[in-house]
Amino acid sequence: MNNESTTGGSFKANVKRHTIRLAYWTLAWLVSMALATFGPKYLWQEAGTITLIAIGLNLLIGLGMIVANKNHLQSLDELHQKIHLEAMGITLGVGLVVGLAYSNLDVSDVIAADAEISHIVILMGLTYLASVFIGTRKYQ
Amino acid sequence: MKNRLKVLRAERDWTQADLANHLDVSRQTINAIEKGKFDPSLPLAFRAARLFGMAIEEIFEAD
Repeated sequence: MNNESTTGGSFKANVKRHTIRLAYWTLAWLVSMALATFGPKYLWQEAGTITLIAIGLNLLIGLGMIVANKNHLQSLDELHQKIHLEAMGITLGVGLVVGLAYSNLDVSDVIAADAEISHIVILMGLTYLASVFIGTRKYQ
Repeated sequence: MKNRLKVLRAERDWTQADLANHLDVSRQTINAIEKGKFDPSLPLAFRAARLFGMAIEEIFEAD
């Protein structure tokens, strides 16, 4: 259900506005993440204070992105909210189950390399993408 | 859930996009409801009833 008042053709415009806003927040978060990750080595030679500021900035922008995502979801209609809810449920489950299994493989030295959190982030991203795609097809 | 949205829409010569605009949802949602793949919420059913000037049970019917 739409939580924001929309009338007639403004529904599409409202979704578009929130999608663009989410894209900007995501881009800003990505840039701040790159800055916090690579800055200490390539930009400010491991200066602790600047690194702390960069990580704090990344967290703040991340909060903005979370709010933008929540607003984007609320701008969608009930079918698309349902599709995204199902996708989030699947993604959370896959992330938890596979993430912990992956960690166990590392702890018990079954795999040679260290378990990297980035692998789980990629898996969750791909799972979410596939789930939304399948969900959209399901209701066509 | 069965519904008469497609018939009511056709009577007014509306496309799915037209009806979607009137109800503040996406065209895909109207399509899914018409095909019986998605059941609308009570508020959306009320909006449809108000739009067509009918009672909810005249538009939607349980299987």
